[in-house]
Amino acid sequence: MNALSPPTFDVARIRRDFPILSQTIRGKPFVFLDSGASAQKPTAVIDAMRNAMETQYANVHRGLHWMSERTTEAYEAARDAIATLMNASDRHEIVITGSVTGSFNLMAHSFGRGVLKPGQAVLISAMEHHSNIVPWQMLRDERGIELRVAPITDAGELDMDAFEALLADGKVGLVSITHMSNVLGTVTPAARIVDLAHRYGAKVLFDGAQAIVHRKVDVQALGCDFYAWTGHKLYGPTGIGVLWGRRELLEQMPPFMGGGDMISSVSFEKSTWAQVPHKFEAGTPAILEGIGLKAAIDYVQAIGYDAIAAHEASLVDHALARLSAIPGLTVIGRAQDRGGVVSFTLDKAHSHDVATLLDRQGIAVRAGHHCAEPLMRRLGLDSTARATFGMYTTREEIDVLADTLLRVREFFSK
Amino acid sequence: MSGATFDDMRDLYQEVILDHGRNPRHAKRLDDFDSTAKGDNPMCGDRVQVWLKFTPAGAIAATGFEARGCAISVASADLMAETVQGRDPADTRALFAAFRDMARTGTCPACDAALTEPMERLAPLSGVHEYPSRVKCATLPWHALIAALDGTKETSSE
Repeated sequence: MNALSPPTFDVARIRRDFPILSQTIRGKPFVFLDSGASAQKPTAVIDAMRNAMETQYANVHRGLHWMSERTTEAYEAARDAIATLMNASDRHEIVITGSVTGSFNLMAHSFGRGVLKPGQAVLISAMEHHSNIVPWQMLRDERGIELRVAPITDAGELDMDAFEALLADGKVGLVSITHMSNVLGTVTPAARIVDLAHRYGAKVLFDGAQAIVHRKVDVQALGCDFYAWTGHKLYGPTGIGVLWGRRELLEQMPPFMGGGDMISSVSFEKSTWAQVPHKFEAGTPAILEGIGLKAAIDYVQAIGYDAIAAHEASLVDHALARLSAIPGLTVIGRAQDRGGVVSFTLDKAHSHDVATLLDRQGIAVRAGHHCAEPLMRRLGLDSTARATFGMYTTREEIDVLADTLLRVREFFSK
Repeated sequence: MSGATFDDMRDLYQEVILDHGRNPRHAKRLDDFDSTAKGDNPMCGDRVQVWLKFTPAGAIAATGFEARGCAISVASADLMAETVQGRDPADTRALFAAFRDMARTGTCPACDAALTEPMERLAPLSGVHEYPSRVKCATLPWHALIAALDGTKETSSE
């Protein structure tokens, strides 16, 4: 091994860091293939949150006492960790929200109502999660801002010619689009999206809820304007999300929620807003979750995205090979560039029945429309079963899935 | 691990469920109907539509349905269509209440003598009570049926 080789990826060692994975479910080893919905948490995250509660906790940004100052430092260290993770040039560009849904609603409110003008349009794609559809529909219905939808190909990739055509009249003010589909695993061509959008005068917001789990996200290299993601899919706690935005754009945007922590001064006649990012962070923030998310980021960084991405790419290859060999199984989505998400249908069984039988063998997958009903309609499906992988997923678990699916099919074929 | 035969799944997927799920007898739109209603489960995407034809006296003469969903929901719709045949609306509502109890708890505390025979026909579905996320699969067609009796066009199992 030369000095440039990545460190050996030791999945067995990683699994020992996730206490929940050593359990048995219904007497079978727990095969967790639902990380795309929410990932499990390493001991580092659990300990960081417990330690904070046991030794170092008070409200932040307002106390003059020792405990509050230490807690503020620990919480704000999360903002630094997030900025480093995304390669943001300025920690003030990191807005901490409650979830990726919270990030989209902030954007729909503050950018949509505060910066976009009636007559302009927001462009999304046909493979968005509901959280990147519904806030824009609400904006459309309230403010007369058009909502456009870029189609996808049968392989599950963005139709780039149609995408450009939808930008061509220059009315699109914001492209809000997934960086990686939670159903198809498709990674969208971020550089081309940004290039085209900027050429026609639109800003770009990426939904990175899935992408940032599987690959390095560098917002300066991407050249986008906003990037949203959530902590709990990146091995961190629930209840905390992120919106990165270019500072000059965040400064143009009015606040979303009003309350404490987001003001500069308050009188009954008039209040003035704090500087970014605090003007978007009304109320006591998710302090413990911030501390937990920093621990998760440190954990991911220590293992390294190169190693995680290489491991997951080999899992996806293995899964596609094993699942495609099952008679009557159809893998949904055949994008060239894809991450650790594999959706499928079985000819003899509905996805809910598949999920229930897999569960009986200790295998957790998701089944349903995956909060992407318009995509399901585009694909002509009501639901799929979906296996999603994390850094702790093993080839053996995929073998167990494939072997069990063969028997699920037999069960429903009799 | 790879030797799973799912014998322990027979409580949920009894032979009669698999059979009615695969080959439903009443899975068709009625051309001649008096009432229809749709039901959907927004959490999982299951959808069902039920059509009803009444006798001159107001009892259920025929039931047809179209379902897009799992084996449990299709089998439940089919067994429902079979079981409500000839019942008047009040009986049908009482049967639904008893069925819902059975789907949720596995027992039927309110079952009286009049319900014994139809509940025996529906008993293969009682296994869903062990699977809380699947109870709504079994009750969704009934929600649509009751909505058709009520004259409401749409309902949801939420």
